[in-house]
Amino acid sequence: MNPVPLAIRLEGCARTFADGTRALEPLDLDIRAGETLVLLGPSGCGKTTTLRLIAGLERPDAGGRVLFDGEDVTARGIEARHVGMVFQSYALFPNMTVAENIGYGLRIRKLPIREQRARVGEMLAMMRLEALADRAVDQLSGGQRQRVALARALAVRPRALLLDEPLTALDAQLRDTLRMEINLLLRGLGITAIYVTHDQAEAMALGDRIVVMAHGRVAQVGTPRDIYHRPASAFVADFIGTMNRVRGSETADGFACAGGRLRLPPTGRGAAAVMFRPEDVRIAADDETADLAGTVTASFYLGDRTRLFVDIGDECPLTVESSARCTFRPGQAIRLNVQPDGLLVL
Amino acid sequence: MPPLIFSLQLAFTLAVCAFLIVPVVLSVLAGLTVNYFVGLESGLTLKWVIEVWNGYRDTLFRSVGIALACLALTLVLGVPAAYALARAKSRLGRAFEELLMLPVAVPGLATALALIASYGALSGFRTSWAFILVGHALFTLPFMLRAVLAVLSAIDLKTLEEGAASLGAGPWQRFVHIVLPNCRDGILAGSLMVLTLSMGEFNLTWLLHTPLTKTLPVGLADAYASLRLEVGSAYTLLFFLMIVPLLLAMQALARPRRRRFIPADDTDLAPLALKP
Repeated sequence: MNPVPLAIRLEGCARTFADGTRALEPLDLDIRAGETLVLLGPSGCGKTTTLRLIAGLERPDAGGRVLFDGEDVTARGIEARHVGMVFQSYALFPNMTVAENIGYGLRIRKLPIREQRARVGEMLAMMRLEALADRAVDQLSGGQRQRVALARALAVRPRALLLDEPLTALDAQLRDTLRMEINLLLRGLGITAIYVTHDQAEAMALGDRIVVMAHGRVAQVGTPRDIYHRPASAFVADFIGTMNRVRGSETADGFACAGGRLRLPPTGRGAAAVMFRPEDVRIAADDETADLAGTVTASFYLGDRTRLFVDIGDECPLTVESSARCTFRPGQAIRLNVQPDGLLVL
Repeated sequence: MPPLIFSLQLAFTLAVCAFLIVPVVLSVLAGLTVNYFVGLESGLTLKWVIEVWNGYRDTLFRSVGIALACLALTLVLGVPAAYALARAKSRLGRAFEELLMLPVAVPGLATALALIASYGALSGFRTSWAFILVGHALFTLPFMLRAVLAVLSAIDLKTLEEGAASLGAGPWQRFVHIVLPNCRDGILAGSLMVLTLSMGEFNLTWLLHTPLTKTLPVGLADAYASLRLEVGSAYTLLFFLMIVPLLLAMQALARPRRRRFIPADDTDLAPLALKP
């Protein structure tokens, strides 16, 4: 029933705009059939350009190649690539109803009318839009529009689905719900999906693999777990989640720094800085054996937890999280333990 | 509102209306009066209207013909040009847009003289109504272009087209399915302008016409200058009868489609029906 998912390969794909701006440095990327690959990065990092290269909305600079299942499609425009695309603004046609929007790709492909109707009905049912079939698109809410855009892209049964920040235009609560739905949908269809976002939580939740991009280059490719726990660079470490950085020097029995000593397993490289995430820090009950000593500078109650800034005498204060029930005052002395397996040296 | 202020406002409004409408009514009446200098007591007649119909019918048909041909020409030239300008958001495009407005800024007489200087020697062309059509098209094209361009600039044309392309639509299909329907209101507004402007154009036409290619406004000037006032007025009445239904029809078509307002929010968004 579902089409065979597509394997996509980019070879040496760079993109320079007419004004000389380099949007993308030469990029090699393998996208496996059926996986959900998330392109993640700050604005201007080249993630949307990469998506548009795959879609066929942009052409790579000379020498770059786009391969679909090993076949070179570089010269083909988007209309000949048979990929589904969901745009950030949805790009729904204002002159058509919901059903006409969803059926547009089928109409272009000249499917028999009966088949077109059946498929549109199927998509409307799946997206729970049956009651809205004859509405104009300007009579829809944001979430409904998003669904129509998805349904329209999927109605032609593409072998790959490209999504350009599809949730950015929605409010936060709806975003969470729809993110989960899209995840289930993509997995249920088994389709190759390429998803562009600047939201790391979205990337973590959706991606089989994440490509973190910065300044037109790939900073790291890996599973969400890899990216979070084994960031390849300081940029990735800082971009994904919160990261503490402590300067000091590696010694025979750990890592000496302002405020104490971290139990760093020997690296053999003479580390000058270590990093760790807030969740790997525990507030120590026993003052004598704690790794670090410091002073609380600020405390933010977040409902499910309390976020503390702790000054240990280094340049930047540490970010630490504690259970919401503990209260801390600025100026209060605090002792911390950092899990040794949470320590990162780059 | 105090009754005095209301009365004053009403009086003022009525006075302005009268100022605008009385000449029209007088002109219409003049065309239907047996002898305008004697006044209405001389009686009402259709004599003058029939006289104009018999003597000037050809100018009427010619004006309608030229206006429709002008509309066709500006549609064929103006809509694709507006589309091209909307897509090319370059500085060159902007400059070109300004250039296209020139025929409106330049006096009609100057345009007409330029046309005569350039093509006057082509006698077959010079003496045909197509010569007038060229002048009208030059003058009205900017109005069509501007109207369509304004609508196209207000929608995210590029993304809409990319959306259609992603579903397999080629350039021609995108133009017909997406671009044209979404600039429908601009095309209608532009058409209205072009038809009325061409129908009433005098400046250019006065220089471009030959005795055998008179249009209605030229004939009207002729009638006022050389015939009885009653004939000229009857002529105006015919012009009225022709243009008013046209204006009303276009106006009705150009009215924005009113859609029932349906409040939509996401609180009742049902979960996807995914097969397990």
